[in-house]
Amino acid sequence: MRKLALEDEVLLQLDKPERYIGNEWNSVMKDPSSVDIRFAMCFPDVYEIGMSHLGIQILYDMFNRMPDVWCERVYSPWPDLDKIMRERHIPLFLLESQEPVKKVDFLGITLQYEMCYTNILQILDLSGIALLASDRNQADPFVIGGGPCTYNPEPIADFFDLFYIGEGETVYPQLLDLYRSWKKSGHGRTEFLRRAAGIPGIYVPSLYQVSYQENGTLASFWPVSEDVPAKVKKQIVMDFDGIPYPEKPVVPFIKATQDRVVMEIQRGCIRGCRFCQAGMVYRPLREKKVERLKKLAERMLANTGYEEISLTSLSSSDYLELDELLNHLIDICKPRGINISLPSLRIDSFSLDVMSKVQDVKKSSLTFAPEAGTQRMRDVINKGLTEEDIRMGAGQAFRGGWNKVKLYFMLGLPGETEEDIRGIAQLCETLAEDYYDIPKEERNGRVAITASTSFFVPKPFTPFQWASMNREQEFLDKAHLVKDTVRSMLNQKSIRYTYHDAGVSVLEGVLARGDRRISGVILQAYRNGALFDAWTEHYRADAWEEAFRSCGIDPYFYTARERSTEELLPWDFIDTGVSRKFLEREWERAKKGIITPNCRQQCSGCGCTQFRGGVCLEERLSGHQNIQS
Amino acid sequence: MVRVRIKFEKTGCMKFIGHLDVMRYFQKVLRRADIPVVLSEGFSPHMQMSFASPLGVGKTSSGEYFDVDLLEPASSEKLVRRMNEQMVEGMRVLSVKKVPADKANKCMTLTAAASYTVSLNPDRISIPDNLSTLAEGFLSQSEITVMRKTKRKEELTDIRPWIFSLTAKDTSLHMLLSSGSVHNLKPELVMEALASYGSFGLPEYSFRIHRNELYADKGTDGDVRLVPLEELGEEIV
Repeated sequence: MRKLALEDEVLLQLDKPERYIGNEWNSVMKDPSSVDIRFAMCFPDVYEIGMSHLGIQILYDMFNRMPDVWCERVYSPWPDLDKIMRERHIPLFLLESQEPVKKVDFLGITLQYEMCYTNILQILDLSGIALLASDRNQADPFVIGGGPCTYNPEPIADFFDLFYIGEGETVYPQLLDLYRSWKKSGHGRTEFLRRAAGIPGIYVPSLYQVSYQENGTLASFWPVSEDVPAKVKKQIVMDFDGIPYPEKPVVPFIKATQDRVVMEIQRGCIRGCRFCQAGMVYRPLREKKVERLKKLAERMLANTGYEEISLTSLSSSDYLELDELLNHLIDICKPRGINISLPSLRIDSFSLDVMSKVQDVKKSSLTFAPEAGTQRMRDVINKGLTEEDIRMGAGQAFRGGWNKVKLYFMLGLPGETEEDIRGIAQLCETLAEDYYDIPKEERNGRVAITASTSFFVPKPFTPFQWASMNREQEFLDKAHLVKDTVRSMLNQKSIRYTYHDAGVSVLEGVLARGDRRISGVILQAYRNGALFDAWTEHYRADAWEEAFRSCGIDPYFYTARERSTEELLPWDFIDTGVSRKFLEREWERAKKGIITPNCRQQCSGCGCTQFRGGVCLEERLSGHQNIQS
Repeated sequence: MVRVRIKFEKTGCMKFIGHLDVMRYFQKVLRRADIPVVLSEGFSPHMQMSFASPLGVGKTSSGEYFDVDLLEPASSEKLVRRMNEQMVEGMRVLSVKKVPADKANKCMTLTAAASYTVSLNPDRISIPDNLSTLAEGFLSQSEITVMRKTKRKEELTDIRPWIFSLTAKDTSLHMLLSSGSVHNLKPELVMEALASYGSFGLPEYSFRIHRNELYADKGTDGDVRLVPLEELGEEIV
């Protein structure tokens, strides 16, 4: 039997000891003496969140298929354990072997949201690994970052030896091959990093230098030597059907956030919403074949025993054979009491029909994401959803028995006016009125509309990467305006309004579009006690404020300023396949409120045709000849 | 439909898995093992299992039970094997028996006693060297009054009638206690009473509890006749 890293006495003091014992079904045990490379895969947040993340399951499966590699997992210890580990000098350990993280060759950290940045430092700190890459020596693992936040890795560049830009399924074999030969050679750390920088998609921050203008903006960004590429190109899977998928995902004992089989049906998105980073950086859209998905679903259900399966993608309604897939799933799931969950669906008669088959209409609520309150604003952000679509979808849902509707909006979008803000409340009111226009016998009691707003945070590699972001007070004023407008509505009692924390959003804005100087702020905030910043109850505004002050950095330099398209952006050295020219064009169109058609309607020449696959080829096959490059 | 009683053990690091998660774990095991279970009625049908007695986090056991209704019968041997193919380390199915499918014979209703082994940790507690005589003397009292917390109140209770036996060997104590819905006596409470009787200190985390077995009382007219829950069912061949 495995010996646990923590004593019984420690585990019994913890809120959820199950987070730290491993031993889950489908977790992979290997004999350490039979492997050459040990890889720690980390999600820098609590176990239940980290275990719900598909990307880690994909890479865990991929690495553990390699006979000489053992990939194990590690998550952020919750504050109760964090405290004990520091007091008693217990090193952070891997869930599978229960051995110290420091033993591994690579520590891979997935970066899914900016608010986990202080948790990266917690992981390094508790592992006994130097926080700054420049302080690490031969005994330390290589710390490698991956995931969406690597599309601007600069604010955390000081903490990582390397970053992997793009989809994890592509160049890891190359990187590991390089590592094997480097290990045998007996050369130093820098030699490995230098050679790794030659692998497409691998970014080694220490091999690049930056200089700044007097006004604080970036002046130049250059590699330290000629053998280091000036641009790092995003890696992407083009044989999307052929790559392995985790058919035996690890099944936690405790209820994770995703307590179900998660099946990725496609990657990328055709929609081109201008605020959405995922919609840009995962281009082009690639679908998995429906026959493969049918088999995958059955195998994953059999291998896990889950009682629910969820289809995941950025916009599931765009999956061409959704109808066939869902009918098949209903056939195999219904008799066995297995639920089907369908996030990211457009509300239309087809999806309502499916939903009424798989969900209890009386209990479930429908979710719409209009994102903005007026058509003008929705055109600015290129959200191809009209008020008519929303009203029609909601109307059909109401007649079908639904009476709970959730609406998601953003406040602080570029060019937003008072009318757009009030429009959020107005749209809710319109839906409520539509509901009560339905004859009493045909509707199901009172309607409950929940509107929630998040504050818009401009992200790199979106057409809004140049946009100015609101300050905290502006955000709050806008939220109050929505609230007051809701209050003035006829059906105000049927409308509930909630909004996000404004301070956290501003910080997210700094971390999203920051440069290398932000590393110091993150380090200082961590030293001041900031940790689990994504958790409202743990977020410490004071720790961050002090950090900005002591580093002499004005957060609004990174958020409130509208950047010129002439400006060199910290992330410009990354090539996502979507051209800067396209983003600039989209930024211009946004300012004019002109919508851009989706990839299936017409190619808008974003540049991704260079990948020669997915939706780009689909259009070519169906006879559209309007591809620009 | 056939109701089966499943006996399992929970050892090693599985002692940190809470009761609800053990339930969820077995639901998944049954689905992985492709053993069809009768689902509840309603819009979202789900598996119904009835556990004999929830085991607290931190305790191990070799005598845990739950009842569940299977859609179709299969041999006990096959059911045990199929489930054990789906087990993690520390969990093991020990037996599957067919039991009557009525309310009176639910394992939770039947549970009347539980036997435990309490192992004292010599690193954390100075074990009295006369532990065996101490246990005898403790048990020879006509009344053992302790402050007992129930869900509603805290009151002085005589727990002596609920202790069927208590013996000591080396650094362990074996106890057979009343358990279940009528009088549920926890081994921790017995340990506290014993420590106070023998005037020895009982620091936190100084002992481990292992449940050996759960029993039904099949005695008549006030006689106690304890029978392990699995013996009330029959092997499916």
